[in-house]
Amino acid sequence: MVDRLWVGTRKGLFEIVRGGNAWEVAQVHFLGDPVTAVLGDDDATYTALDLGHFGAKVWRRQGSGAWHELAAPAFPPKPEDAADDPHPWSLGKVWVMERGGVPGRLWAGTMPGGLFRSEDSGASWSLNEALWRMPERRQWMGVAGGEQPGIDSVLVDPRNPEDIRLGVSIGGIWASRDGGASWGIINRGMYNEYMPPERREDPITQDVHRLARCAHHPEIAWCQHHNGVFRSEDAGATWRELTAIRPSKFGFAVAAHPRDPDTAWFVPATKDECRVPVDGRVVVVRTRDGGRSFEVLRSGLPQHHAYDLVWRHALAVDQSGERLAFGSTSGGLWTSEDGGDSWTMVEARLPPVAVVRFSGA
Amino acid sequence: MPQIAFTGHLRRYLDISTAEVSGATVGEALDGAFRTNPRLRGYVLDDQGALRRHVSVYIGGLPVLDRQRLTDPVTDSDQIHVLQALSGG
Repeated sequence: MVDRLWVGTRKGLFEIVRGGNAWEVAQVHFLGDPVTAVLGDDDATYTALDLGHFGAKVWRRQGSGAWHELAAPAFPPKPEDAADDPHPWSLGKVWVMERGGVPGRLWAGTMPGGLFRSEDSGASWSLNEALWRMPERRQWMGVAGGEQPGIDSVLVDPRNPEDIRLGVSIGGIWASRDGGASWGIINRGMYNEYMPPERREDPITQDVHRLARCAHHPEIAWCQHHNGVFRSEDAGATWRELTAIRPSKFGFAVAAHPRDPDTAWFVPATKDECRVPVDGRVVVVRTRDGGRSFEVLRSGLPQHHAYDLVWRHALAVDQSGERLAFGSTSGGLWTSEDGGDSWTMVEARLPPVAVVRFSGA
Repeated sequence: MPQIAFTGHLRRYLDISTAEVSGATVGEALDGAFRTNPRLRGYVLDDQGALRRHVSVYIGGLPVLDRQRLTDPVTDSDQIHVLQALSGG
């Protein structure tokens, strides 16, 4: 199991370490700065900041050494024929960072929807022009909290680094099988209740809050969607809604068990227009049978007037599948050592949590 | 030569101090500061070279008018101030 946990918040990056039988804050990095993404292992840790005045920044540290700022992803000059592009050619924020499956390669998903690649461990970034220049990209829609569309999930097939899936909020699921040279929208079977009927099942109108896949069975993918939870058994091409979820189907986060293709976790909120836990009780929901049934896990979680919302990157599982963690908009941070059966509060009053990630995950 | 001063907030991230720079426009004056400190550019300007939305630049006590192309003229006696606009919580 992994003994280091990164928690990115509205006011800094918290390094949480397990010593003995308890998780504790070992160090606070970038105190005061909004953290939007983190990616780390024993060799290097990357984090993205969204400085209110001075823009989005990316930093790296080797091992436990000092942090160094890297070049931030940047859009090329906006050409004249893009004057009617509804989205800015300017980096809003880095929303997710993932390893690319080959040494030195990283992917960064951003608002306003640019996908960036680095081949030199973040020292430089280039915009994926094939995706950005697709006419369909202009149909992507902005999301609450950002007003711009964003790439929230980048899934790289562990068997083939050229095979990539992107989750876009709002813009469906996009696939490349040639390392990003070409892209196509692939999702079928999702629906958006709030869209006009003729667009309800249109793949590009789907609000993919978050994607997760089983590392050992990468064809198995899970999605927390704006209108429910879905599972795919063909790497994101077709989706089946998991209607058995309770106490509600709305939420942002999903985590997939790294080895068991039938196990995943979600953190439901009441509904779109009431983004708080059902009845003021924080619960995690787990399926262990591929979504046919769900268990509501609440041991150790606040069950009285708790209004913690868990954002899309704030639920994490480590490589063991037994150790989990999640953080909330109210600054709560909880961990589980038994696959979610029971939870322990690590901190109650952190700044609002945007991202939780185990080192090495 | 115009003098350019930066908000103390930037010292949190960058090693900067007041500098004398050459240039006939605010864009040229800022370029002079960026040559000394290349990382500074991304803190003041966005990807398209415009002033960041929450950054303000004043010349002689007045905010620059051309935030996109930075063509406001500066003279040798001008004081340029780079500030953060008030925002956030």
